[in-house]
This record gives sequence, structure tokens and C-alpha cells, in this order.
Amino acid sequence: MIRFDSVSKRYPGGNEALRGLNLHINHGEMVFITGASGAGKSTFLRMIPLLERPSQGNVMVDGVNLAGLRRGRIPFLRRRIGMIFQDHRLLNDRSVFDNVALPLVLAGRPYADVGRRVRAALDKVGLLNKEKASPVTLSGGEQQRVGIARAVVTRPPVILADEPTGNLDPALSEEIMQLFEQFNQVGVTTVIASHDLSLIERLGHRQIHLSEGRVA
Amino acid sequence: MKLPIALQGWVSQHTRAAIATLGALRLRLVSSMMTTAVIGIALALPAGFLLLVDNLEAATTQHDGSPQASLFLTNDLTDERQQAIAAQIENLSTIERVELITPEAALAEFQRVSGMQETLSLLAQNPLPPVVVARLSDGLNGSAVDELMGTFKTLDGVAEVRLDRLWLERLEAVMQLANRGSALIALLLGLTVVLVVGNTIRLDIENRRAEIEISKLIGGTDAFVRRPFLYTGMWYGLIGGSLATLLLGLSVFILSGPTGRLAALYGSQFQPLGLGLSGTLTMLASGIALGLLGAGIAVSRHLAEIEPR
Repeated sequence: MIRFDSVSKRYPGGNEALRGLNLHINHGEMVFITGASGAGKSTFLRMIPLLERPSQGNVMVDGVNLAGLRRGRIPFLRRRIGMIFQDHRLLNDRSVFDNVALPLVLAGRPYADVGRRVRAALDKVGLLNKEKASPVTLSGGEQQRVGIARAVVTRPPVILADEPTGNLDPALSEEIMQLFEQFNQVGVTTVIASHDLSLIERLGHRQIHLSEGRVA
Repeated sequence: MKLPIALQGWVSQHTRAAIATLGALRLRLVSSMMTTAVIGIALALPAGFLLLVDNLEAATTQHDGSPQASLFLTNDLTDERQQAIAAQIENLSTIERVELITPEAALAEFQRVSGMQETLSLLAQNPLPPVVVARLSDGLNGSAVDELMGTFKTLDGVAEVRLDRLWLERLEAVMQLANRGSALIALLLGLTVVLVVGNTIRLDIENRRAEIEISKLIGGTDAFVRRPFLYTGMWYGLIGGSLATLLLGLSVFILSGPTGRLAALYGSQFQPLGLGLSGTLTMLASGIALGLLGAGIAVSRHLAEIEPR
């Protein structure tokens, strides 16, 4: 599903985030990306939806070489990837419902379809009763779950999460990870960058440890 | 009729953007009203000048001092001969209508207007010649008028031709100046509208940076991100255009009384003209076009800068 072939990324100023990274994540796999800060976890994740382009090497997602993807096609790539961020990236001037609906709205789904799918996604993350709330009135864990609902509402084949439990206590972190496991069980390829080694050990999925921009 | 799914999506996306942006304008009522007021006034001014010029043209052609030539006939013609000449002139394609003033009628008129009945009655015979007053068709240019005067002079029985040509040429020059001036003002104020809308949209883009970033992050196309701003520009233009139409209608209404009285003093039935249907539609269309142009410029300059982190 996701294949990196000797991918390097050098930022202006000489900082090398990735140095010839090779890895392959299979369809329907659940993978944890671990490593110290600055090991290249975020850069790796950001290359999959083309938030960054590699300086060298090739990234393939679902059989498509991203190097050959025209700018105009990037939105359609991103629609097939659910992204979850440590800082949630929600719109605080909109309700929870509107936040989760955004991916459907920008994909031009019919209105009736939007309501049904948003409620299904909110139900899945246990926030059905909060659809009218503003994200700022929610706790950190709830906001993260809104972010997850927004990422899965279009039922993408891939979910990427960058430190999704970074700000949460252990019990909430476990809950969030279990949510990811549920999505993975229905066939979604799930890639999670995380620091939480003890939790990852307990869950027992494949781990890829990055160090200095390579698989260690 | 059932539309294909893709078209349904397109229609619903546009409808949604149109309604949502109108709602957003209503939320920021005071600032949107100020922006539309600026646009409305900027559109009303040049349209007002153009309307003024149109009205002046209408007023001056309606007035009897409009392009007309006086053909003085020789004194020795019979009544039939005078009428034949008048008919001959009326048959020319560039003549609107003619009026034959016999020496008797001219004398009576002169007596009435001058109040010199007694002096005039002392005259042994009527010294006035018969006159054919020919009203020229509208919109004749200088060379056509020249040609016409030449034709008049060759006519048998015509002693002299007089045309208030200087007056005609001055009027034409003034109208041309006014038209040119109005076009210049329209250009400058049109530019104002583009700049006002462009700047408003630029601020709007700045305020909604987070939303734009997140939309791009989760797969919003450029068209999707652009759309609400273009619709906002369109609404500004449309509402500004409507406001301008309203302002002009009001001005015409306020001025029609005094104008009517002034015209009456000149013996004219003139009433000032409003924009009319085509004028109103042109006004709304130019509002929309300028609004879209301003928004388009702002969007193309500032939207590409915002890329998701």
C-alpha cells in the first residue's frame, strides 16, 4: 500500500530529515512508527499525502508513484488518506458536526448523505451527543476523537496519525489506540507515529523504528 | 428531471457556497454594509453621469431648437409652388419633417410676438419671404449636414439657407466631452470597485487562513477553496449594483420635479429618464463582473501562498 524507495529529504539549510529510507507497508496492515524526536517520523508521514515532496527517491501509495502526480490531483490523493494530528487541527468557529462534515462537503457529497455519515462517524468515536458543541468546549481526548471522526468519515483506505495520544493520559491513549485497532480490523491500513512505547508493546503490532532518517 | 450525480454535486456545491457566503456577509452586517455602500456609490457616480448625458441629449433633441434648417424662398412664388418645394424637401431621406410658413403667417406671428401691430400695418406690402423650416433627422454628422445644405442651395426657388450649425457643433462637442469624461470616471470608479472588493477579500482570506489550510490538508481542491471568496466578491458586486440602481432611481425621483419645472420654462414637456430595464441589468452585470474581478485578483494572489503545514 505504501512503499518508500531510498527516500531522502533535505530541508533548505541542510537539515536532512530522511536519508535513503526504504520501507513497505502492506494493505490492511497496522504499523507503529517509533523513534526519537527528529528521527524523521513526521516527515515520513507528511510525504504520504504529499505535504512534502522527497528530495530523492520514490514514494508509492496504492500503486501510484507520487513523483508523477500533478498538483491538481493532490486533493484526490488526500481524500483517500485520513490524517490525524497531535494538535487536532479542528476549526474552532464551527460545530463538531461541521468539522466532521468538512471532508464530505469538499468532496461534494449529497446533503442527505453527509448527515448520515457524520452521525455514523461520531457514533463510532462516542461523541454523537456532542455534534452541536464547539470543539473548544471539549476535552483534549474528545477533540482528538473529533479529529479521528473527521479522518474516517469518508472511509479512506489509509489512516495516518502523528502522535495522536501525545497530550493524553494513559487511559485515554489506550481508548484512542483501540479505536484505531477497530478501523484496522475493517481493512484500513493504519500508520501511527508514537512515543508511547509501553502502550505500543502491549498492542503488539508491527513496529518500524526510525533513527536518523532510516529504518534502524 | 433527474440530473446526473456529478452535475448534482456541482450544483449543490455552488448553491451551498452561494448561500453560505451570503450568510457570512449577513453575520458581519456592519462591515459588509460599508463595503457595499462604497461599491454602490462608486457604481452610481459614473452611471449617474452617463444618465445625465443621456438626459441632456434627450432634452435637447426634444426641445424645438434641435437641428433644423430655415430655407428662405424667393418672394415671387405662388402658394402651389411654395407647397411643391416644401413637399420636395420633405421627401429627402435625411429630413424628419418640414413646416411651411407663409408670409402671411409669418407676419401674423411677428405681430403677435413683437407687439408692433400698428407699425407693421403701416407697411404697404408684406416684406417677409415664405420660409420652409426643415427638421433634420437625428444623429446626422457634420459632413452629412454639409451635403444636405448643398442640396438645399441647388433647389429652385430657394433664396437662402440658414442652419444654426455652430450651435449644433457646440452641442455635439459638449456631448462628446461629457461622454468621454463619463467614460473616464467610469473607468476610475470601476477600478475603485475592483480594489475595494480585492482588499476586502484579501482580509477575508487572511482571517480564514486556518480554514483554508485545513481544507487543503484534507483534500479540498483549489476550486473548492477559491469558490467562497469568488461568491463573496459576486455578492458584493451584486448588492453594490442594486444599491447603485436604488440611489440613481432615488436621485431621478428627487430631481424630476425641479427638472420638469425648468423644462416647462423652456416650453418643453421633458421628464428625466431613469435607468430603465436594460440600464438596471447593465448596472447589476457590471457590479457582478467588477466584484468577481476584484475577488479573482485577490484569490489568485493570496490563496496560493497558503499551503498546509
